Amino acid sequence: MKILVCLKQVPHKDARLEASGGWIDEGGIKFEINQYDTYALEEALRIKDAGEAEVVVATIGPDRTSQALRTALGMGADRAIQIWDDSLSGADSLTIAKLLAAAAKDESFDLVLMGLMSDDANNSLTGPMLAELLGLPHTTGAMKIELSDGKAQVERELEGGSLQVVDLPLPCLITVQTGLNEVRYASLKGIMQAKKKPLDKKGISDLGLDAAAVASKVTVDKLYVPTKGEGAEILEGSAGEVAQQLVGKIKELGLL
Amino acid sequence: MAFEALDFYRIDDELSEDARIVRDTVREFVDKEFLPLVVEHVRRDGSFPMELVPKMAELGLFGSNLHGYGCAGLDNVAYGLIQQELERGDSGLRSFSSVQSGLCMYPIYTYGTDKQKDRWLPGMAAGEVIGCFGLTEPDFGSDPGGMLSRAEKRGNAWILNGTKRWITNGTVSDIAIVWAQTDDGIQGFIVEKDFAGFEARDMKGKFSLRASITSELFMSDVEVPEENRLPGVKGLKGPLGCLNQARYGIAWGAIGAAQACFDEALQYSKERMIMKRPLASLQIPQQKLVKMATEITKAQLLCLRLAKLKDEGNLRHPMVSMAKMNNVDMALNVARDARDMLGANGIVDDYCSMRHMVNLETVRTYEGTHDIHTLILGRDLTGLDAFGG
Repeated sequence: MKILVCLKQVPHKDARLEASGGWIDEGGIKFEINQYDTYALEEALRIKDAGEAEVVVATIGPDRTSQALRTALGMGADRAIQIWDDSLSGADSLTIAKLLAAAAKDESFDLVLMGLMSDDANNSLTGPMLAELLGLPHTTGAMKIELSDGKAQVERELEGGSLQVVDLPLPCLITVQTGLNEVRYASLKGIMQAKKKPLDKKGISDLGLDAAAVASKVTVDKLYVPTKGEGAEILEGSAGEVAQQLVGKIKELGLL
Repeated sequence: MAFEALDFYRIDDELSEDARIVRDTVREFVDKEFLPLVVEHVRRDGSFPMELVPKMAELGLFGSNLHGYGCAGLDNVAYGLIQQELERGDSGLRSFSSVQSGLCMYPIYTYGTDKQKDRWLPGMAAGEVIGCFGLTEPDFGSDPGGMLSRAEKRGNAWILNGTKRWITNGTVSDIAIVWAQTDDGIQGFIVEKDFAGFEARDMKGKFSLRASITSELFMSDVEVPEENRLPGVKGLKGPLGCLNQARYGIAWGAIGAAQACFDEALQYSKERMIMKRPLASLQIPQQKLVKMATEITKAQLLCLRLAKLKDEGNLRHPMVSMAKMNNVDMALNVARDARDMLGANGIVDDYCSMRHMVNLETVRTYEGTHDIHTLILGRDLTGLDAFGG
């Protein structure tokens, strides 16, 4: 069994972010592995713990992203692939999917796992796009994955809390929800051993692609925090007075 | 609000990738596994969440800078960062790890026989064997050389008598590294809890380090086999060598406690309104925050340099004294100012600053008091001994 886990390094959930051009100012902020992807990695490591599997992690990102890959290696992944070129800054989902597909195509993975979406961009596109480019069946938002007899049985979450059970033949691609397992910590020993595990850095041409093939089609015009205040009215006074005013407003607007 | 560590001088940029991964991993462990439990244990007057010990071991926290025997073999920057993150949780958590690693595994590793190392270290790294360190006595703290505990050679064994006090983890330990006078100077012995005549009792009523077990050890004609004597060292330099390890960890740990208090005071004062404006918008609170941030930053730089000296083998023990003395004093002042800025809220256990503040009173006293480190440095600078006696 050979498993690819695609992961993304995103700004730490508690980092203070400042918009800068179409993205954020990345200077001096901390990054972490996208939470959704940590569950995908844990699921892969559990499959490895239960039997024989090679777990490969891949990401697209600049030098700083090697920390995410080394963390994954410290948790138990076997090797890592880091893909980057400065022209990829701000790349759209299709570009990311094309790069991952190029890295994966000769590896014959039995299973490709990744998070349902990224905590920063929230697109949920890379997984399905990658599956299409690799010609793999796929499903999204897995809450439970069971492998047997060359197929994967996946419980996926639907709106309103209902669950759907689907079967996919291997090889396939599955994106996972948060909470489908309990993610382990990298052990300190594992982190030291990770230094000796292979981490391949690849550029666009190493993947047999050229700049035109991976040019992004989506451009971001602007990233901003909506200004506060418009349409809002601050009620002042004691708790009792504010409550009375609030009831008055609700009645006035016919909300009840 | 989640904790945000002050890194004003971008010290992160000076850290290796694996040191950052180690630090972030331990930080997450403390946030998720330890902090939800700490207040309950503080309220129980001297108890430690023992259920975390297997998880701490799995993470590799015990003996993390030792090589072999199941230990991670980290460099001293990563080891220091671990102590920082543990003490950001509570001085009791860092103490647990310090005693196991620096005061118990380290002397076996450094002064022990191969047989002793093989017998004890793997189990200690795995958290299956807990150890404590018996040096201080009821009447001998800063002058350990005066200790009354004594071991007499009788045949192929030693007969040990004495009392040790202020012993972290005494009652939960499987072994104690006990230092005692012999005809040949002070020597260290591995005393197993089941040895006849050995007893550990909890000490209660502590205002400080309440999420930590503090004990007394009583030894009455305890027969210790010769194979449990640590043969690699004689004299006070044995226990002092161990303390140097632990003091190094404390210098880092104090930064973590100060970080927790600073972050709490910063967040609180930005949200707390006084006279219709945030507390943090006033000059006196700002002055306190600036002082805290400046002192934390200086302490960080001190430790980073100290770690590199230690890794290079250029560390002299007075250098460790300076960092322990300065950083714990710094952290205690930060904790007091943070507690002050929280007003009445600062005295309840919903907030961490006062817990750190009272913990740091212990940290200021143990592993060489603030004043003793001052005298160590005074002697080092002048060549003149002011210890008296």
